[in-house]
Amino acid sequence: MNWFWYASPQTFYPLAGRVAPWFGFAAALLAAAGLYVGFFVAPTDAQQGEVYRVIFIHVPAAWLSMFIYLVMAGWAALGLAFNTRLSGMMASALAPTGALFTFIALWTGSLWGRPTWGTYWVWDARLTSELVLLFLYLGFIALQAAIDDPRRADRAGALLAIVGVVNIPIIHYSVVWWNTLHQGASVSVTKGASMQSQMLTAMLLMALAFWMYSIAVSLVRVRCIIRERGEA
Amino acid sequence: MSDYAFYLWGAYSVTFVCLVLEIVFLLKRKREAKA
Amino acid sequence: MLDAALCVVRRDLLLAWRRKSDVATALLFFVIVASLFPLGIGAEPNLLRGIAPGVIWVAALLSSMLSLARLFAADHADGTLEQMLLGASPLGVIAAAKTIAHWIISGLPLVLIAPLIAVQYDLPAALYPVLALSLVLGTPVLSLIGAIGAALTLGLRGGGILLSLLVLPLYVPVLILGAGSVEMASAGMGGEGQLLLLAALLVAACAFAPWAIAAALRISME
Repeated sequence: MNWFWYASPQTFYPLAGRVAPWFGFAAALLAAAGLYVGFFVAPTDAQQGEVYRVIFIHVPAAWLSMFIYLVMAGWAALGLAFNTRLSGMMASALAPTGALFTFIALWTGSLWGRPTWGTYWVWDARLTSELVLLFLYLGFIALQAAIDDPRRADRAGALLAIVGVVNIPIIHYSVVWWNTLHQGASVSVTKGASMQSQMLTAMLLMALAFWMYSIAVSLVRVRCIIRERGEA
Repeated sequence: MSDYAFYLWGAYSVTFVCLVLEIVFLLKRKREAKA
Repeated sequence: MLDAALCVVRRDLLLAWRRKSDVATALLFFVIVASLFPLGIGAEPNLLRGIAPGVIWVAALLSSMLSLARLFAADHADGTLEQMLLGASPLGVIAAAKTIAHWIISGLPLVLIAPLIAVQYDLPAALYPVLALSLVLGTPVLSLIGAIGAALTLGLRGGGILLSLLVLPLYVPVLILGAGSVEMASAGMGGEGQLLLLAALLVAACAFAPWAIAAALRISME
């Protein structure tokens, strides 16, 4: 099958419209399954009681926030390399969802921290890296919003996304180093009791659910972008 | 962990609200794009 | 190629020399910001000694960022930048040269003034060399990464603040390593690890940033 036929906005538009609802249904099903396993099958944690169940949203959201940035940067690189319009549009479509998941990861992490660590915000390496990731997302969105010409906005955002993605490991490791120096022994969120298999299952199901959700939302959003730019 | 309910449901409810809001805004954008 | 680079560096230095007030304002900002912290936090000497490396580094970050707006703006306004794009010299070389000049104008003075701030915070004199070295290694990285942001936001409304939002997350590793080196040295463990990592960042930035800056300039100038 000639996949490249779908590389133009006009041909991708109807495909996205047909396919997006299926991803939405998949997301709803997986979320239902994940939440069921998470709340009715997974046992109470020995140390944290019931509050640990935040993990079924916190960790999948964090995973998605990083994954979406990678995908966004991937589309950005494709757009810069092959000068394809649709790639830039996909990157722009992914950014708000990625930023949202980053916020959700931070919010749920904060509410998890309060009963377990005693404060709403801890300069834990992961939370701090997530915060910087949120700033990277917001910078991307702000840059694209500040540029009127869509093609320049796509290309400028793409370069920023690529510079960001190269920096993410550097930022992460510097923050981890900084955190171990300053915090000493801080609680690790997945260590302690080894993860029970049901907890892991619920987490994976929720991660898949979030993934399907982001695909669905991004496809609808890219359709909006295509329409707004008058390409379909 | 007594009193966990606030944190647990605070987390889940805000997440749910965020996702719903994203969908609501997206549908609004879709409506305006089609207009 | 080297001729072009030297020419650009000399030109930028000459232009800066003719407008010394621009340079001086950035330095003054550095000193003022560093003076604000004790006013806000309280002048307890132990506290100040503890936060000194971080404060100096944050002030250096902010000051370096403020002067970035000037990097391409003047040349963009009078058309010189367009000539540079159309010219025979590789754009990366020109971008690197402009960034070097920017560092000489904005980064190097910070290194020279930092001991003054260190005195204000009662930082032990033994730490001055580590502080200076960390700044010497780190401020060029700030200039290089910042130049990418400056090139991306060329001519945009909301330029300065937008530039900060784009560039500050990318500055985080430099800040952590730079301030960390001085803190490690003050704890008696030697800051060599951080300094070496900073040097690595510098080398990587020198290798890749000019290419990114040139790409960003082309994107912004079409």
